[in-house]
Amino acid sequence: MNAGIDVPRIQRFGALYIASARLRSISKWKVIIAAVDIGNPLFYLIAVGIGIGVLVEQGSGTSGTNGIKYIAFIAPALLANAAIAAVMDECVFPTIEGFKWRKLFFAQNATPITGRQIAVGVYLAALTRAVFSVSAYYLLLLAFNVVDFGASVLLVPIAVLGGAAFGAIILFFAAKIEKDDQFFNILGRLVIMPMFLFSGTFFPLSSMPIYLQPIGWVSPLWHATELGREAAFDYGISSLMVYVHFFYLATLVVVGIVLSMRQFEKRLAK
Amino acid sequence: MQEELIIARGLTKTFKDFTAVDGIDFTVDKGESFGLLGPNGAGKSTTMRMLAATSTRTSGSLEILGKDPEKFGPLVRAHLGVVPQQDNLDNDLTVAENLYIYGRYFGLSKKFMKAKIEELLEFAQLEEKRDVKVDALSGGMKRRLTIARGLVSEPDILLLDEPTTGLDPQARHILWDRLFRLKEQGVTLVLTTHFMDEAEQLCDRLVVMDKGKIMAEGSPAGLIKDYSSKEVLEVRFGSDRNIEVAPQLAQFCERMETLPDRVLMYTEDGEALLEQIYAAKLHPTTSLVRRSSLEDVFLRLTGRTLIE
Repeated sequence: MNAGIDVPRIQRFGALYIASARLRSISKWKVIIAAVDIGNPLFYLIAVGIGIGVLVEQGSGTSGTNGIKYIAFIAPALLANAAIAAVMDECVFPTIEGFKWRKLFFAQNATPITGRQIAVGVYLAALTRAVFSVSAYYLLLLAFNVVDFGASVLLVPIAVLGGAAFGAIILFFAAKIEKDDQFFNILGRLVIMPMFLFSGTFFPLSSMPIYLQPIGWVSPLWHATELGREAAFDYGISSLMVYVHFFYLATLVVVGIVLSMRQFEKRLAK
Repeated sequence: MQEELIIARGLTKTFKDFTAVDGIDFTVDKGESFGLLGPNGAGKSTTMRMLAATSTRTSGSLEILGKDPEKFGPLVRAHLGVVPQQDNLDNDLTVAENLYIYGRYFGLSKKFMKAKIEELLEFAQLEEKRDVKVDALSGGMKRRLTIARGLVSEPDILLLDEPTTGLDPQARHILWDRLFRLKEQGVTLVLTTHFMDEAEQLCDRLVVMDKGKIMAEGSPAGLIKDYSSKEVLEVRFGSDRNIEVAPQLAQFCERMETLPDRVLMYTEDGEALLEQIYAAKLHPTTSLVRRSSLEDVFLRLTGRTLIE
């Protein structure tokens, strides 16, 4: 053998090789992704900013949103939701494709690359995509005067952290899927949709009946949204809650990625 | 002395309560072309996945290039080329990109890959398809690309799982030609197949597998010599008559297999046997004298045909 294979190097950088291959595949869809990443925010900004927002402010002014104009109040949630959607796209489909549809992961694992590195690589590529999606969204918020440039820049990393927390957990579940028949229906309608509606996205979580609030407590979207509101607009949550939100999201990232790495390794070794 | 690149002893793999590979022993020497022949479900692919240093074994021992693949997976895999049963190429990428990306997984430099891609495109006869998306390739082309991909790292051992299953005859012959070239270059090949002609063409030595066990081992010619006669006379009397006539035929030869569609009679001289049958006023609707093949060996060993 004289090809010059450097196994220790692959053991260090393997996850990055996988991530770069994933990004190459993702880039083949750049036109569609850009259309979604720009189109989606535009729809929300028009519908909520001009439509619902005006209605809300006519009704109660900004008293229900701690003095923040309505479209700005929901902006951190929209950003975090965009991050979650992007990370989910790039974690769920490639993983089911990798294990089941095209079995790409088995091809990758036939090289010195390990299952753990594949899990991390897929995850890193998904986060990269989220950074792009959220940044594009943030620029549109600036352009539409929803937020002022300044502390609101923090909305970008906070939203990505929310996406990362959700993505790490969903990556693990996607890697466990043997039959994909109902997975997307359940995920879309029974996880994503309720999470989007009941995570304090459109109104403070505290205005919901107490028995519905736990949906928000477990949802990465709520934690990222609250953090974002505090960072960008001094929303007025306690510093204890700032730590709680941050550590909750960070814990999901760590637990999710550890579980995912183990599951990838286990399934590829079957 | 021959250098043994693969040594399997009592190799076993069970899934829940199903034993896919049941304590098999074999070795593969450097430079040889070694085959696992058997029907679907014989445990060939499971064995191959263990040889590829990815799937873990349940018991037994396995040594590939002097190392235990479970302890040194990445190190062992660095020296293997793997061609799985299903072409798991990246459909979003072009032919050349698929090779490039795969080379990166072995940590190969851009410079090395640039030259290597040209060499492999030529080997796979895909030069004109280099910038075409994999989606647009024919089955035979995808297969050749998967094999080319398995060669990017200049492996010491190339593992091929059912290399020509699902291909048309012409595509199979092109592929055999390519594999034969590799063999001539001294690449150690391990392949599974349920085609006896493929095993006869490509394998120096093979094991016949059935239900997770090794039934016999040897060269294709040696196995035929040990387990079958020189020639086979195939006679057909029509679907229902085959079974009826069988007892009368039995007196003419030492061994016989009655299949639903034909009767196989094992003999040293097929033409002479056919004359005897005619002389006994038994008139088959069709008859064929042929050389014994690995199919006959398999039938002898298991009582079943390879493709069912």
